[in-house]
Amino acid sequence: MERRAFLSLMGAAGLSTVTLGPSLVWATARNPYQRLLILVELKGGNDGLNTLVPYADPSYVALRPRIALRRDEVLQLSEQAGFHPALQSLMPLWQQGELALIQGVGYPQPNLSHFRSIEIWDTASGSDEYLADGWLARSFSRQPTPADYVADGVVLGSQELGPLFGGDRAIVLGNPEQFLRQARLAVPGGATPRANPALAHVLKVEDDVSLAARQLAAGPGRVLATEFPRDGFGNTVRNACQVLALGKGVAVLRLTLGGFDTHQNQPGTQANLLRQLGDGLAALKTGLQELALWDKTLILTYAEFGRRPKENQSNGTDHGTANVHFALGGRVKGGFYGDAPRLDQLDGNGNLAAPVDFRSVYATALERWWGVDAQAVLGGRFAPLPLLRV
Amino acid sequence: MKPWRCISAVGWMGALLLSLAAQAAPMGNEDARHLLSRSGFGASPEEIAAMARLSRRDGVERLLAGAQQNPLSPPPEDVVAYLSPKSFREAEGEAKKELLRLQRQRGVRLRGWWVAQMLATPSPLTEHMTLFWHNHFVSSLEKVKSPALMAEQNLLLRRYALGNFADMLHAVAKGPAMLVYLDTANSRKGQPNENFAREVMELFTLGEGHYDEHDIKEAARAFTGWSVAPETGAYKWRPFIHDDGVKTVLGQQGNFDGDAVLDILLARPETAEFVTNKLWKEFVSPEPDARQVKRIAAGFRTSGYDIKTVLRGLFMSPAFWARENRAALVKSPVDWVVGTARSLDMRDIPALPTALALRQLGQDLFAPPNVKGWPGGDAWINSNSLLARKQLVERLLRGEESSGAGEMAMRAAESGDNGDKDDRERQRMARALAAMRFDLDRWNDALDKAHLSPETALLSAAPAGAPLDDSLPLRERVKTLLLDPVSQLK
Repeated sequence: MERRAFLSLMGAAGLSTVTLGPSLVWATARNPYQRLLILVELKGGNDGLNTLVPYADPSYVALRPRIALRRDEVLQLSEQAGFHPALQSLMPLWQQGELALIQGVGYPQPNLSHFRSIEIWDTASGSDEYLADGWLARSFSRQPTPADYVADGVVLGSQELGPLFGGDRAIVLGNPEQFLRQARLAVPGGATPRANPALAHVLKVEDDVSLAARQLAAGPGRVLATEFPRDGFGNTVRNACQVLALGKGVAVLRLTLGGFDTHQNQPGTQANLLRQLGDGLAALKTGLQELALWDKTLILTYAEFGRRPKENQSNGTDHGTANVHFALGGRVKGGFYGDAPRLDQLDGNGNLAAPVDFRSVYATALERWWGVDAQAVLGGRFAPLPLLRV
Repeated sequence: MKPWRCISAVGWMGALLLSLAAQAAPMGNEDARHLLSRSGFGASPEEIAAMARLSRRDGVERLLAGAQQNPLSPPPEDVVAYLSPKSFREAEGEAKKELLRLQRQRGVRLRGWWVAQMLATPSPLTEHMTLFWHNHFVSSLEKVKSPALMAEQNLLLRRYALGNFADMLHAVAKGPAMLVYLDTANSRKGQPNENFAREVMELFTLGEGHYDEHDIKEAARAFTGWSVAPETGAYKWRPFIHDDGVKTVLGQQGNFDGDAVLDILLARPETAEFVTNKLWKEFVSPEPDARQVKRIAAGFRTSGYDIKTVLRGLFMSPAFWARENRAALVKSPVDWVVGTARSLDMRDIPALPTALALRQLGQDLFAPPNVKGWPGGDAWINSNSLLARKQLVERLLRGEESSGAGEMAMRAAESGDNGDKDDRERQRMARALAAMRFDLDRWNDALDKAHLSPETALLSAAPAGAPLDDSLPLRERVKTLLLDPVSQLK
């Protein structure tokens, strides 16, 4: 959308005249969230073994006679491992040393239910522990974002708050322009309800909308020259960059790409999804560079679990455990982290061991990227990974 | 008997008599709106007035007796016409594109058809329960592809909606839509697919924590052989891919087939409790009362899984009528859209754009996000969906100025298109809904006849926003009430 049209819409919504007074943030308080964190959820449980392919391991082909990728198909990254060919767009990032591949990420006593496992990931709980709020929400409630931030986090491509659940200020966005057009319909400042959690929730969303709209509308914004892929994930990435282009504070963006639950006919489905992912992440880098944010951004992928090493009879794979995840950004030290999958040491259910606890990845973001107390947020000590050039 | 026991017995009898009296007296407008909007979707002033004359017990019985097994009108003939995978494989080029277009269009019309049933049905409880089961025994067009198979499943869910849960479980498990959705159709002995075995335990019957990975592996073996004939789309038993060996499921051993495993799951008390708990959250409150759930579930199980029995238990429980549980549930998009239309007596709103509006609000019928269904509750309302709901109300109530310059300006503003498919869809929908008229005078007459205030007709508790200005024209008052935070609740 052109800048002019955007302004006129803001005008139509009566928002362009709103300006904020001087910021009321405590001038002396340190803000740990000046560096941006972008989480990318690969919903459904991406198959890590066909993402970063252990092509040289004879067990790999033996376990997957039909869906294994051949040595001459993969994009070789090392003597042992290579990318799925649909991830071609990530090769420049890899070659420039800005892409870290963390292998064997999971948690002990894995739960193979989509819903329970993503809850474990979102709340950073143990396998048998039930926590009510998301791990990012906990960080924000311990150490709030500045009051002039649009929100703690903005959720794109999903209706679920995930790691932001239970927090103070999280916004789910379709697209930013439309949000501004509609925000005048919010009814902020409703009376605090008696014991009625449902009403309390609605009132909080009304307030969040009004606040975010005031912040967004007050910014000068800018038009991006970056070209985004014209597919689902490309749209999500474009909207993410448009939020950032408004030049207002936000600590976290969470982007979701779904459809990875490939029980059946995995090869075509996963190739399409990985192509969207690779192209989208490459465009995200271009957009962040245009906004001069690439060096201030850490991007992490995650999913509820990996998939079973042995293929099933439907040309697909069932729910598994450990998985490979990406970390990328201008300050990421590219390369391999964690341990390569041990296909010769599967557990009783035929699944992989997880040498890297997912909370170590979170600790990396909390402690090394933001400098907040990871132990307090995660409820335990998890060693950060040395994957940042800080 | 010691004297204090006498007194307490008298007190208890008194309380019982009082509650019996409450059950026998006419329930009045507020209770009537509560019962109707919780059990169905919204309610018009006439419906509220008719219900208000009945006692709570008679009102509940009337709703249960009104259950239907069939939709008001059958799904369109071409939507239920099955297209085989072979016809897609063999088509090429333009012909293939045309087939895909046809399939997509039939999926859209299927959604429109269901919305039309919800808007017009004389038994909203039946459609509400059909929707509940759609969100319990989830299948999705996204994977099943065939609108015909999804339509067949929808008819099946409605047939059993207030019938027998055990029969429904057996029927829906063997329904082609479910066989495709959870991969049973292609599961064979040797390396069975675990998808259905896992979800039937976790989501359809026992709930998490009442089985282990071994039970899933063994049950998956039992379900092999249940398949679909691709040329007709009908259920087909394939003995040659069935694993007929001995399995151990939940401690029981035998040469089980799929039906035998389902019976093992139905025999467990956890199943009745799991389903009752979910129904409590749908109809009563977000936090089930564990003791009451156990009591009602026991009746459900003893009745042989009669769904009317469990619903009667829930609707007649004190918690259902309790003050503190009014306005305690978040309206689903269907509650919001269909309920608002029914409450305002706008039953002729076009079904197709309404179905698209539901998709935009996060409840795309026939396509729940995953096998767990829509998460519901607070998750229905986020910044995005709340604004979309309010915008819809604004459009429905725009009134006279919508035909003139205001409408033109709105369309111009909305043509700020950035190539987003959703945006275009939103605009199409907006135009269709903007053509609707809310018949204010007729609705006002109905309110008067029923001795109802707009507040009682539309809200389940006092408004949370600024107090209503009585000097405003009725249209503005209705709009203010529907934009109030409390109107997101039921």
